This record gives sequence, structure tokens and C-alpha cells, in this order.
Amino acid sequence: MTTVHEPSQAKITEFEDNDQKPVGFGRMLRKEDARLLRGRGRFVDDVQLPGMLHLAILRSPFAHATIVSIDTSAAEASPGVKAVVTGETLKGLGLAWMPTLSNDVQAVLATDKVRFQGQEVAFVVAEDRYKARDALELIDVEYDVLDPVVDVRKALEPDAPIIRTDLEGKTNNHVFDWETGDEAETDAVFARADVIVKEDIVYPRVHPAPMETCGSVADFDPVEGKLKLWSTTQAPHAHRTLYAIVAGLPEHKIQVIAPDIGGGFGNKVPIYPGYVLSIVGSIVTGKPVKWMEDRSENLISTGFARDYIMRAEIAATAEGKILGIRTNVLADHGAFNGTAAPVKYPAGFFGVFTGSYDLEAAHCKMTAVYTNKAPGGVAYACSFRITEAVYLVERIVDALAYELAMDPAELRLKNFIQPEQFPYATKTGWVYDSGDYEPTMRLAMEMAGYDELRKEQAEKRARGELMGIGISFFTEAVGAGPRKDMDILGLGMADGCELRIHPTGKAVVRLSVKTQGQGHETTFAQIIAEELGIPPDDIDVVHGDTDNTPFGLGTYGSRSTPVSGAAAALVARKVRDKAKLIASAMLEVSVADIDWVKGSFQVKGDPGKAVTIQEIAFKAHGAGDLPEGIEGGLEAQICYNPSNLTYPHGAYICVVDIDPGTAEVKVRRFIAVDDCGTRINPMIIEGQVHGGLTDGVGMALMEMISFDEDGNCLGASLMDYLIPTALEVPDWETGFTVTPSPHHPIGAKGIGESATVGSPPAIVNAVVDALKPFGIRHADMPLTPSRVWDAMRGQATPPI
Amino acid sequence: MQVTMTVNGTEYTREIEGRMLLVHFLRDVLSLTGTHWGCDTSNCGVCVVWLDGEPVKSCTVLAAMAGGHEVRTVEGLANGAELDPIQEGFRQCHGLQCGFCTPGMLMTCRALLDKNPDPTEGEIREAISGQICRCTGYSSIIRSVRWAAVHESDAKEAEVAQA
Amino acid sequence: MQVPAPFEYERATSVDQAIGLLERLGSSARLVAGGHSLLPMMKLRLANFEYLIDINPLHSELGYIRLGDDEVRIGAMTRHRELLESEILADVFPIFRDAEKVIADPIVRNRGTLGGSLCQADPSEDLSAVCTTLDASCVIRGTAGERVVTMEEFHVGPYETAVQDNEILTEIRIPRKNFRAGSAYAKVERRAGDWAVVSAGAAVWLDDGRIVDARVGLAAVGPNTTGIPEISAALRGNEPSEDLFQLAGAIAARSCDPSTDTRGSADYKRHLADELTRRTLRTAVERARS
Repeated sequence: MTTVHEPSQAKITEFEDNDQKPVGFGRMLRKEDARLLRGRGRFVDDVQLPGMLHLAILRSPFAHATIVSIDTSAAEASPGVKAVVTGETLKGLGLAWMPTLSNDVQAVLATDKVRFQGQEVAFVVAEDRYKARDALELIDVEYDVLDPVVDVRKALEPDAPIIRTDLEGKTNNHVFDWETGDEAETDAVFARADVIVKEDIVYPRVHPAPMETCGSVADFDPVEGKLKLWSTTQAPHAHRTLYAIVAGLPEHKIQVIAPDIGGGFGNKVPIYPGYVLSIVGSIVTGKPVKWMEDRSENLISTGFARDYIMRAEIAATAEGKILGIRTNVLADHGAFNGTAAPVKYPAGFFGVFTGSYDLEAAHCKMTAVYTNKAPGGVAYACSFRITEAVYLVERIVDALAYELAMDPAELRLKNFIQPEQFPYATKTGWVYDSGDYEPTMRLAMEMAGYDELRKEQAEKRARGELMGIGISFFTEAVGAGPRKDMDILGLGMADGCELRIHPTGKAVVRLSVKTQGQGHETTFAQIIAEELGIPPDDIDVVHGDTDNTPFGLGTYGSRSTPVSGAAAALVARKVRDKAKLIASAMLEVSVADIDWVKGSFQVKGDPGKAVTIQEIAFKAHGAGDLPEGIEGGLEAQICYNPSNLTYPHGAYICVVDIDPGTAEVKVRRFIAVDDCGTRINPMIIEGQVHGGLTDGVGMALMEMISFDEDGNCLGASLMDYLIPTALEVPDWETGFTVTPSPHHPIGAKGIGESATVGSPPAIVNAVVDALKPFGIRHADMPLTPSRVWDAMRGQATPPI
Repeated sequence: MQVTMTVNGTEYTREIEGRMLLVHFLRDVLSLTGTHWGCDTSNCGVCVVWLDGEPVKSCTVLAAMAGGHEVRTVEGLANGAELDPIQEGFRQCHGLQCGFCTPGMLMTCRALLDKNPDPTEGEIREAISGQICRCTGYSSIIRSVRWAAVHESDAKEAEVAQA
Repeated sequence: MQVPAPFEYERATSVDQAIGLLERLGSSARLVAGGHSLLPMMKLRLANFEYLIDINPLHSELGYIRLGDDEVRIGAMTRHRELLESEILADVFPIFRDAEKVIADPIVRNRGTLGGSLCQADPSEDLSAVCTTLDASCVIRGTAGERVVTMEEFHVGPYETAVQDNEILTEIRIPRKNFRAGSAYAKVERRAGDWAVVSAGAAVWLDDGRIVDARVGLAAVGPNTTGIPEISAALRGNEPSEDLFQLAGAIAARSCDPSTDTRGSADYKRHLADELTRRTLRTAVERARS
């Protein structure tokens, strides 16, 4: 059932001014802010250990080259240098290669050749970061430059240089082929369609670029044989297991600590060579070693996102009933397949490209290839490639509206999956848990004043002004995932949670997930509070430390609330079940005769006779006997295996103005109505949405990692890789509807990536709509002024 | 070389290299790790501190240049247990998420309010336009500054009324 | 984060002392003012010097905006923020405020200086275009005394100026003409704080409704920010009109030499040279008339 809510938008001139302390769900100020506001957060680069050394990495200036020789003698003699290590040294230790998250291998330090600009070639450990950097200049590497594969369309040509000569018998640059849906059925549907619209759509390579770059501090204690690793990781437990596999250290002797993390967005999911090198550095020198990459290193070598070239086709009746979608995708995976996605999903969750529409058939064929570019692919709040899928469907639906001369809102409303069809099985094998799309769409249109906007647009067009209105409607699939289907390198995607109630009724909850700014310390305290009636301020949330938290796969793909949030609710219910037994003894009535009223058990029909959860906690730890068979203490643990993903949805409307003389795009308004099921902390949800919308403006208008023909990265600094400032984004207008997830214990769905997924198509659709007078049906991101000007002259080109 | 500067009201004298950046002096030498860094090209603004009362990007100022001058960092904002109104505004209005850009944002916004106690939305956007936040989408930062502006003005009025 | 290679830090205490240091240290030394172009280049190790001479202490000596009857004199250490906030400049040459609003960002503008911007001699640099538009001259001081050069002479090539190793740029002089003056600046950028895709400045002087002189300066469309004498010649003696602005725009488009890069195609930049020339001339004339 959907509950429709009015817009929650707090205008910039009107703000909430409260310090509510809900015992459960509701707006609550964040617990983590106290330290972050005072400069007392502890990020990886803030870790200072006695005798700590600094590590710097020498990287390849070439995209593709054979390493002829490396001379480290001058660097070794440089003041303050403690160690210089090359790939040859690592080879001797069996550490030159490591597994990626997609069952490929990646060089830790290059031994044979370099395969992308920025690849790790050698490292220096020195007394301070300045001396380490100085010594890099003194390492003399002789390269034999090879032809690079830069143009992804040419990667499979017979005469293309072979990148992965390290893989035995590899004679081309092919990574995988993947297919979903039914080709014959889809072709049949297309054969009887009145209208078929085809568009080549590129989702360019972009980068999550969190404000804190990646880094680590490794402290190996040779006496205890224990490694302590502070690192910028979104998945501390998964990382620990992989280090155990890579470095051959016993897993119980590795402690991974993710302290405060300065943004992740998927950038901090993979294991990068730098982390491994800091471990090697500490083992070699016997001292703690810190590695913090600089911004250029972050942009050129760590997990990029997207890079899909998609041919999209949509089939419909003349009346606008969508019949089917088919697509052919060429995926650029870079030099190593480092995609961080569940093993059985090499294309992530791209299979949800049928979107929010009730279709008769769909089919996708994909080919992934190696190129001489950095590895990655799944990152930047993409929900495992749903960004690409939603962009594809929302762009092609708009192209269909253009061809049918139909209003794009009307076309969408006509084709939505209907509420009674849920759970809805898509033609590509996904089962959407719940949804009620029309109220969400109607609310967005009402907030936008959609009809008025169309009137204004008509008037402006008559005057030669360029105004565009863009819509996108998305369905997300988040909360990976059921362990029968989903694992990463054999690790099932379940999450643990432990809850302990102290004698005085305060609590500590330990999570396997890890915040990078999402506010877990607040949200998870609220989940426990809702279930047990303990105030959130009385609940300590521990996370990001493998020695002190239960195993689980971490925070990415908007999975914290759907998976770990469910675990937290269920572990609290487990505690409550035990508390009920103790309460019945305390109240001297049978368990059947007591009711739970948030925070206490009451005797049915006698509310005055009750015990609070705090009193029960003290009893559980206190003197005197407990009922037969009940152990002392009040704690529980759980490992939650979700039965399905959760499927949040949303309707976004964007209004843009384009300067006809300079082709500059201004995003005037953006209306976002999200439905993420049960809302735990509306303030935090709104923040998640705002951030994602800003990402969308970045991708749609300016962000792109591009390369020249030699494979040199042209987006290697924040001077070249542009991220929106406060001047490029409007004041966000948000609203919400509530359609709870039927299988999640509290009905919540993920929200972390909805806006990043849903906003780029809304913005591009708005720009294309503004350019309608020029007969434009499609233009690729990033819509920089120059590219918009090209489109206005009918010369739109793909960005790659 | 030797450098002497005042940071958050305390005078420090340290032996440094001429090339040391102010951000490293604060973080690595004085262990004031509240000031962060996020790029190499003075584009991100997470390193903003005050130099003689003006916000500057401390990744692009040499520590030596600050010799004989006054520096203020995020650690110098709160008055003991009491948060500065700008910090309280960020708390009230969810002006931070990961908290990495926050110290720089706070320093810039404090300086803005000192110059312009009643800034408009546009003026706030302009003031923080040299700083990138990847989490908040800026609206909540703008609300935070407005919160501080309104509460500081209320507090002043109350003072006047009492007098 | 990236860090510069080792260098010796020297602090200037006066212009003459700085010149003395330069004389002694030669090409191994470099002056640093705001440092927002130089230090990032040094961090990325694209530039290395044995000595850096910090001239920030010279702000008290070289940070000024002086309005005279014949000219405005601006000290080389005047910071962007001071140029932006100067009511004198906004009144006489509003082009400065137009440009300063879109140069870098407010924090960088607290530190960066007029002299530093000009000496960087980046072809996309905005204040060079402003000074070119206003026919400014540059005062360069060395042990032998002062010399004054035009902007054309000042910019020897991209990232190269007429200032010798033992000299320092001390002042910019902008002539005032005894006519109704108006000026304006416009910039297209991919994002706030980015370097210009193209920017244009225009200045006009009117007498009795006719243009007695006009100048246009463009940035990011060639090896140096350029003034276009042909536009001045075409406008002089005429009454301002849309046709005239269109002519000026067409001259700007064909006179410049942009190249295609990540900021935009050469064609687009040529188009902008035209578009922005027309826009700034229109605004400059409006301002001269008001």
C-alpha cells in the first residue's frame, strides 16, 4: 500500500530548528556530527603512529609499454629513504599479482609491462611524505612504448594490440559476453510494432572522486604476527578476507579498521595495489607505513564508473503502448576486470533496463573488452550499473515520446507497471517487490506545476528562448543480496549484527557495514530505538573494525538499510523476545498476558503494571534467578540473508534554460519525489537525495574522464575533472511517497543511490527537450556548452 | 628554517623546510588534523583556514609565508563545549555528511557571516563556490548558514533588549 | 597530496631588497605572490626553482588602486578581492568587476594578485585580457630603474613575459580618456572557477554619441590574450549599432586562432569570440551612455 505524502521540501529560507529526540523513526540530529564539526573526526590520514614512515608510488606515464629495466639505486641513496620496491621484488614474494573482485587478476606492481597510464610500477618508503615524493623522481625506468588500445570500438579488431599477454593463451581483448531476456520473443514483438525508435547512447567514463582520496596505514607487528590496517574501505570484512588470500596472512591476524571515511560512492570498494603496498612496506621496514594517494592518482588509477556504449531500441504501438526494449552494449572494462559486482552478475544489475514499464519482451546482449585504461566500472553510486540501465530506458522512452509527439509524462503514465501487478516479474528475471508509481509521478508533476511549465515553455519557444522540461522515472534494485544468487569472490552477501544491552539499559550495536557519511551511527541507533524503546542517544553504534564487529559485506549498492538495517531490526526483536520471557517472570504473569508497548512490557488490561526495557536489562544481569532455561545477559546476534532486493522508485522533473548564444545550460529547478518505503530519518534521506542529484548535474553537464589517442588521461586533476559547485545546482525540491517493502522487517528500501541513478536522464531529457526546435532527439553527456552548441547545429557527436 | 606563527591564539615556533605547505604544518607538525586536503591544484577547498582573518587554501600557502601571522582553524571555532553558531547551524540543518569538506566550509561560512551577517542564498552560494562538497548538494549548507545568521541576529537583538 | 621539490624560502621586505635578491640569485629564483598558479605547478613538479622569494610582505608597498586624472595606477600586489571590491575601479572601469566576479573563486581571490596573474601569462588568463582591452601598460623595475611596456610588449609568448630574471612587475597603468567611457567583460566557462572557454573584454569611449575609440581583448583563443586593432579601426568614428557590433564580432571570430581541447571545439570558440564581442560591446556602450 502506498501512502502519499505532501512535499517535505524545506526551503532555504525556512529551516527546521529543533533537537527532536525521537525514540525510533523521525527527524533526529546526527550523533556523528559532534566530532566532525569540531575537526575531531579521525580519517586515515589523521592516523599518526610512532616511527611511522610514508609510502609513495611511482606510476607509469604510458598507457601501454614494456618495462625494459628499472634502476632504483639513486632513489635508494636519497635522504630519508628506507626502502624502494619494484615488481621484481614482489614477484619473489609471490605478491606481484592479486585477484580482482571479478575473478580476474591485477598487477600490484607491474613486472612485464604497464597497461594503463598511472599503473603502479614501484614504491618508495621514506621518513616523510616529502622525501618519499622526492625519491620517486630518482627512479629510472626504461620503457619500450607499445601501441595502446584507447578506442573501445577497435578493441576487438583482429590487429588490435593484445593487452592481457599475462593471461595464458589470450589472443584478443575480449573479457566476456553476457545476455539477458529472450531474443526471439523480443524480435517478434518488434516485428509487429507500429513504431521502433533506435538511438546510440553513450554513458561516458566518470569518477566518484570522493573528497578524501584512498589511503591506508599498515602496522605489522612481527612479534605478534598481527597486521593492523587502517584503510579507506567501504567493506572492511571483505577486504580482510581478501588480504588473507592475497598476502597469505592468517585472517585472525589481520585487523582492518575503517575510521571516519571522507565519502566513498563506490570508490572505496575495491582493493587497490596501494593498500597492499602499504602492507608490504610495513613488513619490509618493520615500521608502520602510511600511503595516501594524491588527487591525480585517485582520478587516473582507482575505480572509474560507467563507460558503456549502448544501442537502444524501443518498440511501441501507435497509441504509445510500449511493447519491448532491446539493447546491445559495448562495455569498456579497462586493463583489468576489476568490476565490483556479485560474481553471477558481470554486468551488475544492468538487467533492470526495462525500468518501470510493463513490457511484453526485452533482450540485451553485451560484450565487455579490455582497453589500456584504468580498471573499475562499478562505482559512483551506481547500484551495480543501474545508473546505465535507467539512463538507457529513460532516454529511449523520451525518444519514443518525441517520435509519437506525445507528452513524455503521459507516455510514462500509460505504461507503468500497475500496483496490483506487484510482486512483478520482469522479462529479464527480476522480481520487483512493491511499487505504486502513478501517485509518485503525479506528486512530482504537481510540485513542479507541470502544466504551467509546459505553457511557459510554449511562450518562450515562440520568443526564441530555449527552455526544457525533463522527466525521469526510475525503479532501483538495491540491497544485494540473497546469498543463493549473490556473492563476491565466494563470500555471500549477507550481513551480521550484534546487540548487547548493558545492565543500565544502555546498548551497543555492532554492524558489519560502514558509513562513509550516510549517518549509520544515527540511523542504526534509531532502528534499535524503534524496536526496543531505548533512546538513540543511549545506543552506541560500533562499525568499521573487523576485530569488533560481526562479518558482513559492507556498504555499497545502497545495501546498508536493506540488508544491515534488516539485521539490526531483527537482532533487536531477538533481544525483545528474550526480554519478554524475563518480563513475564518479573511481572509474574504468563507471556501470553503481556503486551509490548514501545519501551516496556505491560500486563494486558493493567497498564500500570509494567517493566521497562531498562529494568529488564538490569534484571537480566542482576542478582536472583532468571526463569528456567534463560541465560543471563541481554544480547543477541544475527546474520541476515535477504530474501530479495528492495526496489525503491522515484519521479524526477528537471527544468533547464539554455542561453541560445553561448549554449550554456542552467538547471533552474529540480523536483525529486522518492519512494524508499519506510523512512527512518527523513533528514538523512533528504541529504542522500540532495547529494545524488548534484552528482547527476555533474555527470549530465560536466564530469568525464577522457583520454587522448595515446591513452593519456585528460581528467587527471580537479582542474580538468569538473565537479559541480554550489553555483551550478538549484535549491532542490524534494517530496516523497511511501510504499513499504513487503519482505523487509521494517519495510525500508535503500535510498543512497536513487538520486544518482535517477537524475542524469532527467537533466539530459530537459536539455534535449529545450533543443526540440532544432529537431534534436538525442545528445550525449556531458552536455558542456561546446557540445550543446554542436547539437544545436545538428552536429551532436558521441563523447567517445 | 625557523617559523613562528599564532594558531588559534597559541604561538608556535618550529623548524621546518622552506617548501612545507601550511596544511602539512598544521596537520603533521602541530597535529591539528581538523584541516583536511583533497586535491593538488587548489580546486577543492577542503583545506581552507584563516590567515589574518581571511579564508585561504592552506594547500597553496607555504608555512613560511604564514610566519609572523595569525592562523585560525576549525579547532579554534568552538568556545570550549559551546559550538560556534555556524557549527550549530550545520548540526541543525544537516550541513554535513561525511564531514570531510566541513572544516573548510565552516571557516569560509564563518568569515562570510562576519562580513555579511545576513547573506542571501546567492551570496552564500558564491562564497562557497571555491569548495566542493560531494555529499550534501549544498542546499543544506546554505540552510545551515541561514540558521546561523538568524540565530546570531536574534542573539544580538536579545543582548540589545537586555541592555 | 603532491608536494614541491626542495627550495630555499626568502622573504622580501621591500621592492629594492627583492630586486637585490633577484640580482644575486638569477634564474634560480622565482617570485611568489598569491602562489595559486605557481605552487600547484611546483607541487606537480612541472616547475622547480632553487629559491622562492615571497613578495607577500610587499602588499603594503604595492597593493593600491590610485585614481588620477589621466590614468589609474594599480600596484602589482593588489589582490583579486581588492580589485573586485574597489568602488573606484567599478566606477571608472567596470570591466574589472565583471572579470573579477568570474576569476577563480572567492578564496583564491583573497590571495591571488594582479601582478601574479599577468606574469603567469596564461593565454586563458582573464586579467591579461582586461588589461589588453584597456590598453594598459606595465611598469617593470630592476636595478637599472623602471621601464614601462605595453601589454603587447609585456606578453612575449604563452607563459612568457618581458620581465627579466632580475626584474619585478610593480604597477599597471591604465589610461583614462576624456570621453564617456564604458567597459565590460564576459566569460563562458564549463563551471564556476574554471578557466575560460573563451572570454572577451570590450571598452568604448563615446563623444557626442559617436565612438572615438574602442578596444576588444580576447582570452583563450590564441597563444596570448589578444587585442584586435582591426575592430578598433572598424568602430572608430561610427555611431554604435547592432550592425556595428555584428561586424566587430565577425572580425573577432576571424582574427583569433583557437584550438580544440576539452573545453570546446575551435569552431565553438570562434563562435564565442563573435558572440561575446558583441555582448560586451553592447554592454560597454550602454554603460558609456548611462
